[in-house]
Amino acid sequence: MTINPENKLQFSSTHRLQWEEAQQKDVILYPEGMVELNQSSAEILKLCDGTRNVAELVIDLEQKFQTSGLEQDIRNFLEIALQNGWIQQS
Amino acid sequence: MVGFNKVKITPPRWLLAELTYACPLQCPYCSNPIDYAQHKQELTTDDWKRVLTQARKMGAVQLGLSGGEPLVRQDLEEIVQHARQLGYYTNLITSGYGLTEARILALKTAGLDHIQISIQASSEELSDYIAGTKSFAEKKRVAHLIKKHGYPMVLCVVLHRENIAQMADILNMAVELGADYVELANTQYYGWANLNRDLLLPTRDQFETAEAIAQEFKLQVAGKMKIYYVVPDFYEDRPKACMNGWGTTFLTVAPDGMALPCHSARELPNLDCPNVQDFSVEEIWHESKAFNFFRGDDWMQEPCRSCDEKSKDFGGCRCQAYLLQGDMYATDPVCSKSPKHDLIETAITDANTAAKNVTEKPLIFRNSKNSRNY
Ligand code: SF4
Ligand code: SF4
Repeated sequence: MTINPENKLQFSSTHRLQWEEAQQKDVILYPEGMVELNQSSAEILKLCDGTRNVAELVIDLEQKFQTSGLEQDIRNFLEIALQNGWIQQS
Repeated sequence: MVGFNKVKITPPRWLLAELTYACPLQCPYCSNPIDYAQHKQELTTDDWKRVLTQARKMGAVQLGLSGGEPLVRQDLEEIVQHARQLGYYTNLITSGYGLTEARILALKTAGLDHIQISIQASSEELSDYIAGTKSFAEKKRVAHLIKKHGYPMVLCVVLHRENIAQMADILNMAVELGADYVELANTQYYGWANLNRDLLLPTRDQFETAEAIAQEFKLQVAGKMKIYYVVPDFYEDRPKACMNGWGTTFLTVAPDGMALPCHSARELPNLDCPNVQDFSVEEIWHESKAFNFFRGDDWMQEPCRSCDEKSKDFGGCRCQAYLLQGDMYATDPVCSKSPKHDLIETAITDANTAAKNVTEKPLIFRNSKNSRNY
């Protein structure tokens, strides 16, 4: 499974992304499990709302953090996210 | 108890709410206490809401609603709704028996996140026999309804000598039912399972054959279905890291309000487990004798005390040490470094003998009549 550059990315409907006050972290929740996210991973996932493909996501993130050269890191993380079922492509 | 002030206390993350010991099924491996019939009193809806609120405030985020059969509680929807409002990820752990479509919908509206349904075997005959109740056909129907209404679904099958040879069919059943996760839970020998151990413990051959099938299947379904495999630690060299460390992550509240560091802790002597009707969750977690008892490693004996693996498995399971060798401070006998490791070999040999001698003794089913004998 790899990411198709054309497809829009969407956070999984069977997982939940949530800010945890006690941990001061975003986490992914799913049946009987939890993954703690660092800030950049959480920011990527929050933009997976079904309106952007990978390239669009990179543009928006680089703009948000006023930086460039994020593409490879973002792609790598999205592949992991896809393999874990955290995101879907449509 | 020693080391009380030295160990850094982390907040609970997992709350297991055992809403009731009532259950229409009679699984002979049930992890409920064998004397559950003596603990009839149940917390009220308001008690549960208070417990959920207090634990959430400390940082608990995963909530398991189990039992017994949690569907027996008519206030289940109200409890789920409260939990969801607090931000818990809510897991309903059910046998599925008696779950109607109307209730699946009501629970969805209340905010339930996930349903774990258990089926006892892949064939109707064996499943109904183990459950002690005709329930297989209904469970399958319920599993389809759970998927129809968009829940992530875990199919849980507890494995033991009677059904472990069905591994391939069990996995096919998981595909047919559309399970997102399959939990292959080798029986853990507490409660009723411990009573029936000679009849439930598979032989090493059976276990290895089944495991190979499960591992192959895992590769086939990668990306589509996830497999949670609970190992039978009798066939391992090291014990499981029980509860991720005592009093570090898990909090179980029993139907009568007793707070337990693990769901079998009721079987341990002199822990004086506190009740949520008398103390707040915060007091229980930080100050109670029970939750501090095996925190850290000052309580350990040799060989654990000077072992370089003690931060990995915390000396194994306290309940297993107690049930197998009568000493809850001892190294879990599953560990090959334990001086009592031969107890495990004996258990396996006894089970193998019993396997060949089918008439020896019957399974003891989990029901109130049998429970009153303990
Ligand atoms: S293991 Fe079986 S008997 Fe025990 S609570 Fe679950 S369904 Fe009921
Ligand atoms: S001796 Fe104790 S700490 Fe060491 S591996 Fe065995 S159970 Fe774990």
